[in-house]
Amino acid sequence: MDLRYTDAEQVFRGELRQWLEATLPGLPPKPSPEDWPGRRAYDTHWQRLLFDAGYAGVDWPVEGGGRGSSAIEELIFKEELERAHAPYVGVNFVGLLHAGPTVIAEGTSEQRQRYLPPILKGEEVWCQGFSEPDAGSDLASMRTRAVRDGDEYVVTGSKIWTSHAEVADYCELLVRTGPEDSRHRGISWLILPMDTPGVEIRPLTTIAGSTEFAELFLDGVRVPVANRVGDENDGWRVTMVTLSFERGTAFVGDLLEAIELLTTSVALARRTGAWSDPGVRRQAGHLRAELDALWALTKRNVSQAARTGIPGVGGTFFKLAYSETRNKLGEFSLSLLGRAGLAADDLEGVDGQGPLPAETMVEDWLRGISLTIAAGTSQIQRNIVGERILGLPKEPPAAAASTVATAK
Amino acid sequence: MDFELTEFQTDLADGVRRLCQGQFPLEQLRSLELTERVVDRKGWRQLGEAGVFNLCLPESAGGIGLGLAEAALVFEELGRALVPGPLVASHLAAGLIDGADDGSVVVGLIETDRQGAAGSTLPVVIEHLEDLDVLLLLSDDGVASVDPGSVDGTRLTRPMDPLTPVWSTTSLPEGTPVAGPEIAAWWRRDGAVLTAALQVGAAAWATDLAVEYAKQRRQFGRPIGSFQAVKHLCADMAVRAEVARCAVHAAAVTVDQPDVGDAVVAASGAKLLADEAAIANGRSCIQVHGGMGFTWEVPAHLAYKRSRVLATQFGTDDELAESLAESIGDAGPGSGVR
Repeated sequence: MDLRYTDAEQVFRGELRQWLEATLPGLPPKPSPEDWPGRRAYDTHWQRLLFDAGYAGVDWPVEGGGRGSSAIEELIFKEELERAHAPYVGVNFVGLLHAGPTVIAEGTSEQRQRYLPPILKGEEVWCQGFSEPDAGSDLASMRTRAVRDGDEYVVTGSKIWTSHAEVADYCELLVRTGPEDSRHRGISWLILPMDTPGVEIRPLTTIAGSTEFAELFLDGVRVPVANRVGDENDGWRVTMVTLSFERGTAFVGDLLEAIELLTTSVALARRTGAWSDPGVRRQAGHLRAELDALWALTKRNVSQAARTGIPGVGGTFFKLAYSETRNKLGEFSLSLLGRAGLAADDLEGVDGQGPLPAETMVEDWLRGISLTIAAGTSQIQRNIVGERILGLPKEPPAAAASTVATAK
Repeated sequence: MDFELTEFQTDLADGVRRLCQGQFPLEQLRSLELTERVVDRKGWRQLGEAGVFNLCLPESAGGIGLGLAEAALVFEELGRALVPGPLVASHLAAGLIDGADDGSVVVGLIETDRQGAAGSTLPVVIEHLEDLDVLLLLSDDGVASVDPGSVDGTRLTRPMDPLTPVWSTTSLPEGTPVAGPEIAAWWRRDGAVLTAALQVGAAAWATDLAVEYAKQRRQFGRPIGSFQAVKHLCADMAVRAEVARCAVHAAAVTVDQPDVGDAVVAASGAKLLADEAAIANGRSCIQVHGGMGFTWEVPAHLAYKRSRVLATQFGTDDELAESLAESIGDAGPGSGVR
């Protein structure tokens, strides 16, 4: 166990820090959260800057167009970006963290050449079409159907929770190519160009009031068979590759952001006088212990990934623990605002010391609620821990126990 | 940076696990329940031979010269085996008290400015008094040594942990100073890390016991572990133990590699989370066992009770949380392990 960075890792950090200091002041002003074309332009411009400086796809393999560095350097990369308050991965999230890694792992050489460079350069944006209105936690029950017609699949169905759909060029799409009840064994992974006729997008408004994701309706959408990644009906396995990335190292920036929010919260508590309450101090101290431990767990997970090439089971532990901590932190900061937290507006404090950080805190509190739901609910994560890590038996499907074979 | 265990570290932990299985099998420990003396001298010397006490002592002083990271892994295994006795005190005393390093002398420790401090209404409670050759008194001012025979202790007949006999006294002898404030400070820090490591071991043991039972016990025609209500209890146990384990490892490594963070902050955070993990897992372990879990026969209560004992040593939850709170804003959270 060694927490010291090597000379090479230090050099990487130093150069990146210098580049960020030189580059960030030249960025255009941030667009408003509702200005989707503006957000796309802003995020993809940033991705292009990273690419030109050699920082796109730090841990992607060189043949995928990436830097070919270790998971450790990817961790340093995310840490430095967060510390410097660089732009978030934003609309490039699915391309960089889901679709790209999947195409690297499972795509043909043609697919890699075609799809990977535009992701890294910020030229093409991806969204995710996995969940369906009737297939959430039970993803394997998805019904969006793809029927083979010559060199094309004809796809009909609907998807939900499709982040950034409005500005995406491509969708990583799961479709049913096997029989209706084939579950895991009848799913295929397709690359869907979003401008294909028959694709309709309906934005969904979150409880935070933003339109971060959308519903996707597909009506006779024709997708070339050449756009399939992996074998027909092998899409479930292909998908698991992506999900293991999502649950692995994807939360590093998020965690550092939480650490910063705790510091902001403590500063607010000191300002309002709440800090004289031992209960408030203990909550803050406890949150610090949790966040530090999660940072240590991240380093454990990243070290494992650096050794084995894939994120291990620690990603599931991390997601479960982090989402709980983040919710506690949200509740903590909201309680410090008192009635000034009844609106996400940065009210001026009456102490003449400037605005209160209500916007950050209220939005963060609301967004935190999604963490125990998105990318597999905490309940599903606990099933995964219980069954795959601890080896506990599966729960037979209640209604189907007598009619359907349970050994799936 | 590579935060995975090295092969040597894995082997070390495996070796201690085997030693504990051979030397301290649970049936044997249970035969000592509620007795006055639970430290088996032969076993203690064997722990000494295995390096449990002199692990961090420099080779020039007759020790093994390893770091606190290795010690934490060793103590995790001792905690998993529920080995009773003043393990942490004897480890800290190696090099200071003759014979502590090889296990020929058993050393206990009381934090005098935490329990029974001036003005406190609570009496001083001392663990393992009859087993001790030396009793050390630890405060911010330093460490003092006391002859355990000179302590006017009353044995308490119903100790909470059947394997941690306790005595009470209203006053302690002053003792002979043996170390100053500097050593006292690092004992507090390292003592917190090693006690936390014991807790992580106990938390992991409780998880294993609960999972094993949940796989075998059948109700409604199937193993209770197939029910999500039980499965999720077990999953939460595993998560708590693993998060605390990482915190303890990070704290130990930070002590060994001081440039990577604030070791005191890391140690406090690790102790806080490890205490909680051990207590919560001990409690869940009883719950998973149902009515059997409430019986003396099933050992689930042993981990739960031990965790309560350890949670009173080297910082309680409120003390630790408050000290952590004061550290936020200077170096900022995360600096403890960065």
